[in-house]
Amino acid sequence: MCAKKVTQKPAEVKTTGHVWDGIEEYDNPMPRWWVWVFYATIVWGIGYTIAYPAWPLISGATPGLLGASTRADVVAEIKRFDDANGPIKARLVQADMTTVSQDAELMSFAQNAGAAVFRTNCTTCHGSGANGIAGKGYPSLLDDDWLWGGDIENIQTTITHGIRNTTHPEARWSQMPAFGADGILERPQIAEVVEYVLKMSGQDHDATLASVGEAVYLDNCAACHMEDGSGDINQGAPNLADAIWLYGGSREAITYTVVNARFGVMPGWNDKLTEDEIRAVSLYVHSRGGGQ
Amino acid sequence: MSTPDATEPPSLYAAREPIFPRRVYGKFRNLKWWLMALMLGIYYVTPWIRWDRGPNLPDQAVLLDLAHRRFFFFMIEIWPHEFYFVAGLLVMAGLGLFLFTSAAGRVWCGYACPQTVWTDLFILVERWVEGDRNARIRLHRQKWNGEKIRKRAVKWSAWFLIAMATGGAWVFYFTDAPTLLVDLFTGQASAIAYLTVLILTATTFAFGGFAREQICIYACPWPRIQAAMMDEDTLTIAYRDWRGEPRGKLQKGEIAAGQGDCIDCMACVNVCPMGIDIRDGQQLACITCGLCIDACNDTMDKIGRPRDLIGYLALTDETAERAGVPPKSVWKHVFRPRTILYTLLWSGVGIGLIVALFLRSPIEVNVTPVRNPTFVTLSDGTIRNAYDVRLRNKQGTDTVFTLSVPFETGLSLELEGLSGPSVTVNANETLSQRVYLNAPRGSAPATQDRTPIRMWFEERGTTNRVHHDTVFNGKEE
Repeated sequence: MCAKKVTQKPAEVKTTGHVWDGIEEYDNPMPRWWVWVFYATIVWGIGYTIAYPAWPLISGATPGLLGASTRADVVAEIKRFDDANGPIKARLVQADMTTVSQDAELMSFAQNAGAAVFRTNCTTCHGSGANGIAGKGYPSLLDDDWLWGGDIENIQTTITHGIRNTTHPEARWSQMPAFGADGILERPQIAEVVEYVLKMSGQDHDATLASVGEAVYLDNCAACHMEDGSGDINQGAPNLADAIWLYGGSREAITYTVVNARFGVMPGWNDKLTEDEIRAVSLYVHSRGGGQ
Repeated sequence: MSTPDATEPPSLYAAREPIFPRRVYGKFRNLKWWLMALMLGIYYVTPWIRWDRGPNLPDQAVLLDLAHRRFFFFMIEIWPHEFYFVAGLLVMAGLGLFLFTSAAGRVWCGYACPQTVWTDLFILVERWVEGDRNARIRLHRQKWNGEKIRKRAVKWSAWFLIAMATGGAWVFYFTDAPTLLVDLFTGQASAIAYLTVLILTATTFAFGGFAREQICIYACPWPRIQAAMMDEDTLTIAYRDWRGEPRGKLQKGEIAAGQGDCIDCMACVNVCPMGIDIRDGQQLACITCGLCIDACNDTMDKIGRPRDLIGYLALTDETAERAGVPPKSVWKHVFRPRTILYTLLWSGVGIGLIVALFLRSPIEVNVTPVRNPTFVTLSDGTIRNAYDVRLRNKQGTDTVFTLSVPFETGLSLELEGLSGPSVTVNANETLSQRVYLNAPRGSAPATQDRTPIRMWFEERGTTNRVHHDTVFNGKEE
């Protein structure tokens, strides 16, 4: 090429004939290598549709020679993580639940695994923030008030077997009588005992009625809720002297509870969750601020 | 067979015409040699510079540790949340290109662009193996024989080694260089390291050896963008046609009467790595490398004519010279409102980054109030708020932080899972800690909707103290 002129003078280059404000457009040829790259991409594209799933069929698509499958990739990836978590899960199952919090690595795993189990299984009733539904009987798991005990072992037992769950012989069980509906107490007695409960929890009350109600309380309620109203975690009897109410602490709400009796149920999870998942979610619940 | 006529369309495609740049001597060539040595040196040597940072941190001066999400640059350590430093550097790089382009045209393309530097290096190797321009043209034209096979094999092998060193050097920036070098040769390095070396070796070999000017003309967007950065005061390389034309060959060693200084020796064309003729005027393919200036000055010296028939000129200079007016000084082209504005913006970002760098606290905290629920009532009526606190310890040693809120708020502070107000954060780690603030029943924060709270974090054994402002949500009664 050295013999001939390297470049043409601009005047010799063809133009497309387009002119804007006196600016003309050259009609230079494309570089040939670029065209070859273009052909190469077409060949590559055809090869790609053979190697990978591509052509739609009536059901599904051509599988491709390499057997690539994003679903299989996900399954493999999940298995990879499960396998990687195998040893630490085994450690969690073997661990003494009261001392797990001293093992930073195990606690961190339990926190994260437990949060996932909680989001999937527990949020329907206890809420995504674990604060329950106030006044509807779904207890908050963040406070220091526990119906069946707030230490790690009690939490684990409750999650494993459930509450008033007929399918588990070991489930937590207790039942409050419907004092009004079943005719155990007369209406005035109920009004008196409600005033006494209001007094115990430090709310506005009628002092005269409450003083009469004390006797009614000691005869009918103290067996489960204790003489001072502090409740009994062995029977799931709520504390009546504190600021936390499962079904509301107003005069109307307490009256309704005494007349009709209210209590919730919780399924047992040992047939739905594995032992390591139950332990993880127990530790997660225990570390939300209320654990004892 | 019909003869081609004007109505027959020309071919839509053109093969690349090979370019055989001739060796040239001169001040721009020397400048380019020095810049090439400097830039290749920086690229190949930087990963091997050591920098002692203590026992728990890498001792590589420049390291992009993607696995641990850290960027080390000598005494500076950048964490992922400080990525704005990198963004700032990119903004500065962009403004710097604007500045240089508007002041001196495509200096980046001509002197500093890796495509230019590596192509220059590959041409140097080519010249060593195959000889200068005429020898290379002869070799290109001759049939394949033993000599051609040998020369091509040696040239391509040398190119390949350079390409592999280039691809290899790249991965050293991302992990400890001495370890990786051994791993690469013993087959212990990761697949991604080998793949990166392979891809960069292939691109260096193809772009520096064969694609060369095609990358600048067809693949790179920067030549197009640069047109918008230039104006009539921008220095570009120009041919003084009013001095050179009409061009013509020497007649008996003399310039014929009525002819210009250009003796059409083609030196400027023969040395051009882009294969263009600068005498056609400013054009897209010109990367302003200055080699045609050196080549022409050499010719002018030989025929006893003044230098700079080709030289760095701005459009205003051309107009001035044609009118016989002396051109502006170079400094007047470089210092004008546009370039001063770019410089101010560039240094503004730079000063901002440096100030930010020195204002970085060794303790970094973030306090996020838990909003689900906003507060929890405890059995004695206490109102509790929970906070997710993230503590970053950017020091090489484990550090104990003590948390507190001002006494007069009446709030008490608890840490989840810990008995006191102190927590240990391991060296170079970030810790998430759940923190509780309790307001006694009936106290002001417990009964107000929102109370502003300042949470303090003190590093044990030092006076380092930082705070984070947040809120306490009460139960309005």
